[in-house]
Amino acid sequence: MTKGELAMPLTLTPNFSEAGKRYFRAFSPGDDFYEMLIDAHRDLDDGESAMLNAQLILLLANHIGDLAVLREALAKAREGA
Amino acid sequence: MLQTYTYPKYPYVQPAEQKERVARRYPVVIVGAGPVGMAAAIDCRLHGIPVVLLDEDDTVSIGSRGVCYAKRALEILDRLGVGERVVAKGVSWNVGRTFFHEEEVFNFNLLPEPDHKRPGMINLQQYYLEQYLVERCVELGVDLRWKNRVVSVQRMSDQVRLTIETPDGTYGIEADWLIAADGAKSPIRKLMGLEVEGKIFHDRFLIADVVMKADFPAERWFWFDPPFHPNQSVLLHRQADNVWRIDFQLGWNTDPEEEKKPEKVIPRIKAMLGDEREFELEWVSVYTFQCRRMQEFRHGRVLFVGDAAHQVSPFGARGANSGIQDTDNLVWKLKLVLDGKAPEKLLDTYSSERVAAADENILNSTRSTDFITPKSNTSRLFRNAVLTLAEHHAFARALVNSGRLSVPAFLTESPLNTADEDEFAGRMVPGAPMDDAPVGLPDGGKGWLLDQIGGQGFQLLYFTDVAERLGDRLERLRELTVDAVPVEPLIVSEKAGSVAGARVLHDLMHLVAKRYDAREGSVYLLRPDQHVVARWRKFDAHKVRAAVARAICNQ
Ligand SMILES: Cc1cc2nc3c(=O)[nH]c(=O)nc-3n(C[C@H](O)[C@H](O)[C@H](O)COP(=O)(O)OP(=O)(O)OC[C@H]3O[C@@H](n4cnc5c(N)ncnc54)[C@H](O)[C@@H]3O)c2cc1C
Repeated sequence: MTKGELAMPLTLTPNFSEAGKRYFRAFSPGDDFYEMLIDAHRDLDDGESAMLNAQLILLLANHIGDLAVLREALAKAREGA
Repeated sequence: MLQTYTYPKYPYVQPAEQKERVARRYPVVIVGAGPVGMAAAIDCRLHGIPVVLLDEDDTVSIGSRGVCYAKRALEILDRLGVGERVVAKGVSWNVGRTFFHEEEVFNFNLLPEPDHKRPGMINLQQYYLEQYLVERCVELGVDLRWKNRVVSVQRMSDQVRLTIETPDGTYGIEADWLIAADGAKSPIRKLMGLEVEGKIFHDRFLIADVVMKADFPAERWFWFDPPFHPNQSVLLHRQADNVWRIDFQLGWNTDPEEEKKPEKVIPRIKAMLGDEREFELEWVSVYTFQCRRMQEFRHGRVLFVGDAAHQVSPFGARGANSGIQDTDNLVWKLKLVLDGKAPEKLLDTYSSERVAAADENILNSTRSTDFITPKSNTSRLFRNAVLTLAEHHAFARALVNSGRLSVPAFLTESPLNTADEDEFAGRMVPGAPMDDAPVGLPDGGKGWLLDQIGGQGFQLLYFTDVAERLGDRLERLRELTVDAVPVEPLIVSEKAGSVAGARVLHDLMHLVAKRYDAREGSVYLLRPDQHVVARWRKFDAHKVRAAVARAICNQ
């Protein structure tokens, strides 16, 4: 699919996986991610954690790239804030 | 407090050898008549092994303790002969509700996957499970000795010697093999100077068994940070006899003795249920927990099972469930070693396979614990963000971790497996715990695949359209039954049928073939504990025999 062909909607269904890894249980890839996320913050104070989060958002936003998707994600996140 | 259950008191009888002052030797002695030790004892008897089971106490588990018994444990209990009673007495539930602050954020319906005999889990107080197991032990002639406390262990190269204390003094006993099922505090482990390593969680939970006077739905309710118990979690679960189990997270800085007092507990429950509901307290306890395991579960002639070998947090109900799976893995191996048909190193694979399973259980229950009781502000923030998103978005619901259903490990790394050489789809890979499916039985009745598998020996599923057309392949299949380690062929036939000298299972709904991705001529070699060993697209007796040899370390 080339860019602009289809507006990519924001994925809101479970979507975690790892190439080459076989999961026998549906909950495993999401739980793998969540543990990585919490582990990344280990031993950081609140300020350091906030800085990590900010950088993480920027890295992921650039990776996604599509502003339509990012706009939708930002709006959804703001609803619950 | 109210009593819905009367604790049995089992009789102490002075052991004959104590009276006669002679030490007797037994092939297997088991220490600890908890659910795991009893499952081991029953399985030994089903294998024809004489067994002595020692317990320092003379009754069943006090208080409900374990409540959720999962599908895999129920399948094993079926084989042991108590599954039906446990399921009949237990409570099935499907609806789970998750609350965050005041509101319900979502609910789920755990509808069991259709066409399996057993549901994902049932709830039952642990004392009922233990009572049924005791009765089954007695029925099968287990030499069950109450008020027999092990006070010393002496390891020799060819046996283990125990000193046992009874109300009449001490006596000695000798065992070829000792199964240590003496619980989380395992005196055997301590007497042998062995370590158990892992993580202690700095948290306390109050658990209460409550008898409801009025109707209340059979659902699982889980609260994160509710107004009636701020900053903590609460779980409500239904058990048999209208008894409800409530778990309150208390935090570390609380006084357990103080929290257990009815004048503290009752207001908490009132705040949770609303004042108008009538209930009575039956049992209250405060517990802390740990996630840890021994490095190895085999130490020479001593085999550790259940809580003695590994402990998990209760989230995900993996304690008794995984302990029962330990014995399922162990006993068929022990039988082959006792009979001189397999080398002792087969028992090392009991350790390696169940260590892998314990690690999976520890991983999953630690993750649940970390989600339920976040350890830092950031962890709490993410947890709350997940719960907030969960109200609207499926991906976030999948991340809410209030305990993952206890499921059996896929032993994909086991040295006992023979790797695939043919292409198969689906998840019944070598090492997989078998999926169930409905089948037509040789006597014309309807039954279940898993009830036909396991216990005594290896089996080979042979898939075909019409059993009667097997011709001379049947001869070759039948030759496997007279090997030193026999393999029973089981014909899975798309059409009902029968052949001389082998059982035919009718694949009533074509679900066996579907779940095992089988075609005409596909074969599956199965272990006595209902795990897949190997599979091929075409039957080859040499390959089957080589895979059996590998599966018992006889290569
Ligand atoms: C609050 C709570 C909730 C739980 N919920 C669940 C759940 O939902 N599902 C689940 O599967 N598990 C659950 N568990 C875990 C479950 O209760 C344990 O995993 C299970 O009891 C372990 O069984 P066991 O036979 O290994 O040990 P135990 O049940 O502890 O039995 C050990 C036995 O050894 C005996 N013994 C000890 N020392 C000696 C000695 N020196 N000589 C002779 N006998 C001795 C004891 O008398 C005892 O009978 C829960 C536990 C708790 C505390």
